[in-house]
Amino acid sequence: MNNEKVQNIDSNTACVNASEQQHPAWYNLKYAAVGIIFGIVFVKAEIISWFRIQEMFRLQSFHMFGVIGTAVVVGAISVFLIKKLKVKTIHGEEIKIADKEFNKGQIYGGLLFGFGWALTGACPGPLFAHIGAGFYAVLVVILSAVAGTWTYGYFKDKLPH
Amino acid sequence: MGLLNLFKNFIKNKKQMSMMEQIQQPWPWYVAGILIGLIVPALLILGNKTFGISSNLRHVCAACIPAGLPFFKYDWKKEVWNFFFVGGIFGGAFIANTFLMTGAPIEVSPALQSELAGYGLTDFSYMLPKELFSFESLLTVRGFIIMVVGGFLVGFGTRYAGGCTSGHAIMGLSNLQWPSLVATICFMAGGFFMANIILPWILSL
Repeated sequence: MNNEKVQNIDSNTACVNASEQQHPAWYNLKYAAVGIIFGIVFVKAEIISWFRIQEMFRLQSFHMFGVIGTAVVVGAISVFLIKKLKVKTIHGEEIKIADKEFNKGQIYGGLLFGFGWALTGACPGPLFAHIGAGFYAVLVVILSAVAGTWTYGYFKDKLPH
Repeated sequence: MGLLNLFKNFIKNKKQMSMMEQIQQPWPWYVAGILIGLIVPALLILGNKTFGISSNLRHVCAACIPAGLPFFKYDWKKEVWNFFFVGGIFGGAFIANTFLMTGAPIEVSPALQSELAGYGLTDFSYMLPKELFSFESLLTVRGFIIMVVGGFLVGFGTRYAGGCTSGHAIMGLSNLQWPSLVATICFMAGGFFMANIILPWILSL
């Protein structure tokens, strides 16, 4: 497959894999370790709770605003320091973060995702955590989300961007 | 000696609520926020990966049902790390739910409690209202809308927007990307509109 073309298709999405290094598959376990911590936080801070999301959208609780706000501040300081100190990866690679290009999808898609977020009380991360926490019916929500993603891929060129 | 006594007292006070009991309580927002924020540098430093979960939905399509669509024609195997990450989320949620919970019901704000009671939602024992999120509930109109239509909008919307709460609101804003700010504002606007204007009607079905 033509590599240049792949880059092109990826350019307006969130998934640009910046690393050019090749590693054996078991190296990926380090990401599983980060995911485990994330999953525990999701459950313990009740971020996966439908009720917490409803409270957020009704301004009945500060909790979720506090979580997201703190995460952004910590993330922003980290990214600033990584750029400032030219921190490298543990494999010695230069850290690169792709810029997000604006298109109208961020408005239309953003609103549509907002609808789905308020309905299901979950963004994609918590959906996976629900299965781990034993809410197997949420599998239906995930399958439906995959169907939604596929449908977007099907109609992508016909949608305003 | 004085310092030792101080330390002993500190330990004694701490013991009134053991480490395990502290962990079993719901964690405050700042603990969660700091830990989630640290995922951003952790993924970057571990291997130049940018935080973003909804991409996995696309990788699933690319791996299982590409159907020749150009949007799903890419080397998804390069993104396998993200499946491991999500697998970790699954495992972490299992660990937390199995070993780190008190089993006490979720504390829900009184205003929301009384609103939900009006729609017959009174079970606060789980993270999700059991009356809405179950296989039986799929056969009801409101259950179907919330689970199936809601899920579809999550998948369609995140990909159309090019990211979700993690990719745009946390990763994008951390990297000071203004398109991510637009996306985040729209996520919130859509959520406020749905939760306050349309959801009450759906729940009353």
